[in-house]
Amino acid sequence: MTDLSVANNTQSMAFDVQAIRRDFPILHQEINGKPLVYLDNGASAQKPQAVLDAMDRYYREMHSNVHRGAHTLGDRATAAFEGSRETVREFLNAPSTREIIWTRGTTEAINLVANGLAPRLKAGDEILVSHMEHHANIVPWQMVAERTGARVVPIQVTPQGELDLDSFNSLLNERTRVLAITHVSNVLGTVNPIAPLIEQAKKQGVLTLVDGAQAVPHFQPDVQALGCDFYVFSSHKLFGPTGIGVLYGRAELLEEMPPYQGGGEMIERVSFERTTWNVLPYKFEAGTPAIAEAVGLGAAIDYLNSLDRKAMEAAENALLRQANELVETVPGMEIIGTAKQKVPVMSFKIAGLHPSDIGTLLDQQGIAIRTGHHCAMPLMDFYGVPGTARASFAFYNTLEEVEKLFTGLQKIQRLFA
Amino acid sequence: MTASKEQFLNNPLGKDTTLEDVLDAFEFLDDWEERYAYIIDLGKQLPGFPDDERVEENYVHGCQSQVWLIHRYDEDSGKLFLLIDSDAMIVRGLAAIILVALNAKTPRELLATDIDELFEQLDLFRHISPTRGNGLRAMVGKIRDIAAAEAA
Repeated sequence: MTDLSVANNTQSMAFDVQAIRRDFPILHQEINGKPLVYLDNGASAQKPQAVLDAMDRYYREMHSNVHRGAHTLGDRATAAFEGSRETVREFLNAPSTREIIWTRGTTEAINLVANGLAPRLKAGDEILVSHMEHHANIVPWQMVAERTGARVVPIQVTPQGELDLDSFNSLLNERTRVLAITHVSNVLGTVNPIAPLIEQAKKQGVLTLVDGAQAVPHFQPDVQALGCDFYVFSSHKLFGPTGIGVLYGRAELLEEMPPYQGGGEMIERVSFERTTWNVLPYKFEAGTPAIAEAVGLGAAIDYLNSLDRKAMEAAENALLRQANELVETVPGMEIIGTAKQKVPVMSFKIAGLHPSDIGTLLDQQGIAIRTGHHCAMPLMDFYGVPGTARASFAFYNTLEEVEKLFTGLQKIQRLFA
Repeated sequence: MTASKEQFLNNPLGKDTTLEDVLDAFEFLDDWEERYAYIIDLGKQLPGFPDDERVEENYVHGCQSQVWLIHRYDEDSGKLFLLIDSDAMIVRGLAAIILVALNAKTPRELLATDIDELFEQLDLFRHISPTRGNGLRAMVGKIRDIAAAEAA
């Protein structure tokens, strides 16, 4: 008896979800008269108090423009801003802060790379993406393909929602120049086995970009172990502020790529005869950056580092397991995406119900999910659905909330019966 | 097959089911479950919609689900008749409420109807996300454009 309670205590010490929830002020409110159940973390995650405090403190105590020297506040702001860059470098295990570029988010980071690689592309070249990409990892490549005559070719996906490796093997060829692939699918939750794909691509001299937007909220990537040339993610999905994201790129490639935007900060010297570029990473950071947001992102990563990430992953897996077990309590419910390796993301459909009906009626019960095409129309076409309903969990969600989702779905079904 | 004159003229919404009916019913609906059950039921009154009318020119943009709208101006009565279709049940119900208010009216009557006031009376927007509110406004906007063109 005593032993058991000790064991339980140890477990809750390792990961006390109630204590963690107290770090997220927004979670403690009612929506439509019901306690908020926030299951739309894949679209954007909530922010811990530590992030709000860091940004507040930055504006109250140290705001000024960065890299302009001359006064103390400027030095403080620069130290905080560059400190966050170091935090991100460490988070990704990148070799150098020269290789960490601030962008507005994943989308801008991919646009920057696509644009920067355009000079390497010519008619007949192929850019390999997958059928499960977010539009942000399709459209920028299509735009560059349009300009250069290259082609965007999709790797097929299996009905379970895994990458079809045969398709990858048959499509990777001497015309392939770039492999741009998502680490984790935003719709299916599939964790792609990107390390071996990158290795194969590299052997053929193919450049590789990994879209990590949906991966980093759930686990920490190691860009050196992966061996990718570029890794991109957004702060707001990683419990940090909106408006900032990260591009990791190998220095050698970043040096070679032309600047993305022109303006202040990114230059070394400007004259009407000849303008030269600043060194990395500043060459790609034209204009005054999102300083407070960079500071906020650093605080978000510090916060995550203060948690037991192994215990966090276990807790997230428990949420997904619970959800999978409850599927049979809702007749006609079908999960879209049943890969072996998944983060806690559950896309589903229910026979006879439109995703937008499900979303509206869950909202009435205080439960926030995402419905629609999830910016992945090719994948919707593959599954032959107009859209899906998607519950995406974060480590601050509870098993009780998973149950509420299913009670809510049962209620909706009774309404339509 | 395109929609026949009868399909337009026999639409019960705004004819057999009146605005008073809906307003009366709403008064007795206390919680969200009853309210939405009623909206879903209203949606079931939408008449069938011809398959070949589900085309781009009849598509209502700005909704999360697919919505189509067609109309017929009846010379004899001088009234405008409307048919709406959607693949989402709640949208069908909301479309039915719009039809109850706007269907089978002369274009001038239609344009004189204050639909925002009706939505306020029904307390609809408070319970509908802004995204869906935009969809409703898109439907109403398209209907008003049609009425304005017919009235001109």
